[in-house]
Amino acid sequence: MINDGIVNVSYIIATILFILALGGLSNQETARRGNWYGIIGMTIALLATVFGPDVTANYEKLIVALLVGGSVGLMLARRVQMTQMPELVAVLHSLVGAAAVAVGFANFMGHGGDFTPVERTIHDIETYLGILIGAVTFSGSVIAFLKLSARIGGTPLTLPGRHLFNLGLLIGAIWFGYQFVVQSAAGGGLIPLVIMTVIALIFGVHMVMAIGGADMPVVVSMLNSYSGWAAAATGFMLGNDLLIVTGALVGSSGAILSYIMCRAMNRKFLAVIAGGFGTGGGTIAKGGDEDQGEVIAIEAHDTAALLAGAKEVMIIPGYGMAVAQAQHTVFEITRMLRDKSINVRFGIHPVAGRMPGHMNVLLAEARVPYDIVFEMDEINDDFPDVDVSVVIGANDIVNPSAQTDPESPIAGMPVLECWKGTTSIVLKRSMATGYAGVQNPLFFLENTRMLFGDAKATLDEVLKAL
Amino acid sequence: MKIGIPREIHSGEQRVATTPDAASQLIKLGYSVAVEHDAGAAANYSNSAFEEAGCEILATADDVWGQSDLVLKVRAPEQGEENRLRSDQTLISFLAPGQNPELLETLTRSGGSAMAMDMVPRISRAQKMDALSSMANIAGYRAVVEAAQHFGRFFTGQITAAGKIPPAKVLVIGAGVAGLSAIGAAKSMGAIVRSFDTRPEVKEQVESMDAEFLMLDFEDEDGSGEGGYAKIMSDEFIAAEMALFAEQAKDVDIIITTALIPGRPAPLLITAEHVGLMKDGSVVVDLAAETGGNCELTEPGEVVVKDGVTIIGYTDLPSRLATQSSQLYATNLRHLLTDMTPEKDGNLVIDFDDEVVRGATVCKDGETTYPPPAPKLSAAPPKPAEEAAPAPVVVAKEPSVAGPIVGMVVAGLALLGLGAVAPDSFMAHFTVFVLACFVGYMVIWNVTPALHTPLMSVTNAISSIIIIGALLQISSADNVIMWIAVVTAGVTAINIAGGFAVTRRMLEMFRK
Repeated sequence: MINDGIVNVSYIIATILFILALGGLSNQETARRGNWYGIIGMTIALLATVFGPDVTANYEKLIVALLVGGSVGLMLARRVQMTQMPELVAVLHSLVGAAAVAVGFANFMGHGGDFTPVERTIHDIETYLGILIGAVTFSGSVIAFLKLSARIGGTPLTLPGRHLFNLGLLIGAIWFGYQFVVQSAAGGGLIPLVIMTVIALIFGVHMVMAIGGADMPVVVSMLNSYSGWAAAATGFMLGNDLLIVTGALVGSSGAILSYIMCRAMNRKFLAVIAGGFGTGGGTIAKGGDEDQGEVIAIEAHDTAALLAGAKEVMIIPGYGMAVAQAQHTVFEITRMLRDKSINVRFGIHPVAGRMPGHMNVLLAEARVPYDIVFEMDEINDDFPDVDVSVVIGANDIVNPSAQTDPESPIAGMPVLECWKGTTSIVLKRSMATGYAGVQNPLFFLENTRMLFGDAKATLDEVLKAL
Repeated sequence: MKIGIPREIHSGEQRVATTPDAASQLIKLGYSVAVEHDAGAAANYSNSAFEEAGCEILATADDVWGQSDLVLKVRAPEQGEENRLRSDQTLISFLAPGQNPELLETLTRSGGSAMAMDMVPRISRAQKMDALSSMANIAGYRAVVEAAQHFGRFFTGQITAAGKIPPAKVLVIGAGVAGLSAIGAAKSMGAIVRSFDTRPEVKEQVESMDAEFLMLDFEDEDGSGEGGYAKIMSDEFIAAEMALFAEQAKDVDIIITTALIPGRPAPLLITAEHVGLMKDGSVVVDLAAETGGNCELTEPGEVVVKDGVTIIGYTDLPSRLATQSSQLYATNLRHLLTDMTPEKDGNLVIDFDDEVVRGATVCKDGETTYPPPAPKLSAAPPKPAEEAAPAPVVVAKEPSVAGPIVGMVVAGLALLGLGAVAPDSFMAHFTVFVLACFVGYMVIWNVTPALHTPLMSVTNAISSIIIIGALLQISSADNVIMWIAVVTAGVTAINIAGGFAVTRRMLEMFRK
């Protein structure tokens, strides 16, 4: 058995390794090493805790739990389709939330330690916050998972008076928190804690239910952030710096991702959380149904001819590519075009897909080299030189009205300016609007061609024609 | 009618006013064509070639002037030629009537008619007869060839076994016909080409030729004058322009100036000082040498070396490509004559209702008809009065200064309040927490957006460090707590293994 000092040193090492793990993700070359840092850090922290002075019994149960959990985790990781990554991440978030709740309750019931009254109050608040955030994370992530896996619809649930409802929940949580602290000082407090937990669960459900499909990247990164804060709160409760640091790292990471996603949609974080934006797709918002003119349809073999005759091709993937599982066909087309020394590049909008970086992972899975995959900011200026832009299952992220129509719901959102190229080909199943429910004037431009049909099926035809 | 083509007598002039091809076309219009002996020799059109095309070869200029009703020339008449024009004769050539009032007077006094090819109005219909454009095109091309001749390096960049050759940098000032032609020629030889023009609307044309358009930050001043030419600019504009040229002179290897303002001396663009700034071995080609030159040090008709910089002031660049320029000039003339011979019967009709003919004719029947009334259409349509409204930009609200300050004060007070009541142990943890938040903030901004999904899964894995909370409780004597801890440990173990494994799987997929 090792003593407290060694445990603490191990925790410091683990902390540093975690920071290096996140730092390693700054580019693709160092990312794999970063992941290993994370694994090593986690192993050191676990070993130090298990062999430390605080774990004295029940080793066999512990080992069984770790083995069972670990195998389930590995199996999930092996099995998951890259298109399902957002769902997996949501599930994993919910587990962190659940763990935070469980640890909080166990700690509360243990009632260990000698505290002064002030310390007791702070400790109770820490416990309370840990459980609160954990519960919100848990129920929110479960709903997000259900939405992402289309087990429930993506339509935002907009209850009448939902803001008042949220406010009521918040006041309830604060009131029961106060009750909890008061009762806990007298030795009780379990009932207010349980009630508060239920309130937090309801809040998590309601919050995510009210958010539409297009805002999912924000939700996923926000839940990521919450899972970190839950860990940090638990760390305060246990007086454990490793948990605090790790939780803070994860919390700020998720917060930054949320911020980046919000900025990419030109929306305020609070507005996203308040929900109600982004319908399930297919409905037309105000001003959308006015006559915009004729769209020009194109066939697969004409598309192939256009692509073969181009010098610069830009592919703009969206969630539709993920849904149709078309990324492999896209890669085959890319390879053929590149063999003809046509410069094919990919332009990725930050909020394309259902989670941050979703499209990059899909393209990586299809073996698209990452050095031809570019971010919106890197590539937006190049569109005037592009001969053919292929928009696959994306809509709002290529909507020119974000720039031209101040009345548009997506006004000011940065978009990929594919209409500045010579020709844009838009793959779409129908003329339905995107998640923002806004009609897209791009489709009616003279230099836009519409290729209707399932993305995978039509792209297969294009590939054949090539 | 008989068309006469005398040999050009201007010293060094190699062009000829018609070619065998063009002559045969003229014969089809009903004319007979007489060419002076060896008129086309310098341009590689032999007497026999003209004869084959159906032309008559006359021995002397006297014969040509004496026998023909219509005389076609390239250069304006000189050395007594102007006195040969008879009252029943018509002369078509370059005349520059604005610059040569005496010549115009002499021609008028003869009682004959004279048409100036340089006065053909620049309207769309007359493009095929626009000899100035034809010649400018050739001059621009030839300017690059001359520059290459006097420039000691390649135009194109190369990596060779013997080392790296940087591409030449060429600045073309004035993006008119000659300028664009020079840009195209320099570009196709592999040079890096930049261009400057006072008329912003030519930016597109320059960029369409893959050259870089240099802009001055002058909002309102548009240098477009009438007829597609530039106009004179304000003093401030010129000062800014000079600064730009000084800066460019240090960088570029070759400057080709093509700036002309019709009827005025060429604007001075490249001063002696600019030339001094250029690297040794650089070349300046001044296409405006004939009207005074865009470069201060230009000597018309000469090649001089000043400050190590070769300054080419040839005024006869089209003549240096005589075969090509004769062919284009002859074609321009033929188009004009086709329009003026409506019946195709070999009879020239000078019809003043035809805007082109009216514009080109400088004297007729003893009367000076220059200058013509201003043409109504300009080559480039004038700017529409109402600019298309610029795309409305959604203006982000000015971030209020007060907001963040108030927030910081509130946060500071809250922290002070916390510090006042909280015990030391809490504050120690709190310090760690705040520092960790900042470390996280700094580290995460470096993460490339392409790796956001792996970032989420790896942060997910490490946030299950919360398992330590469960481990600390697993040895509890209380069975309920123990079982909660066991289950929690199992659940978080899923997360740890799953998070790291899936991250690894994703990262393995990223490849170059």
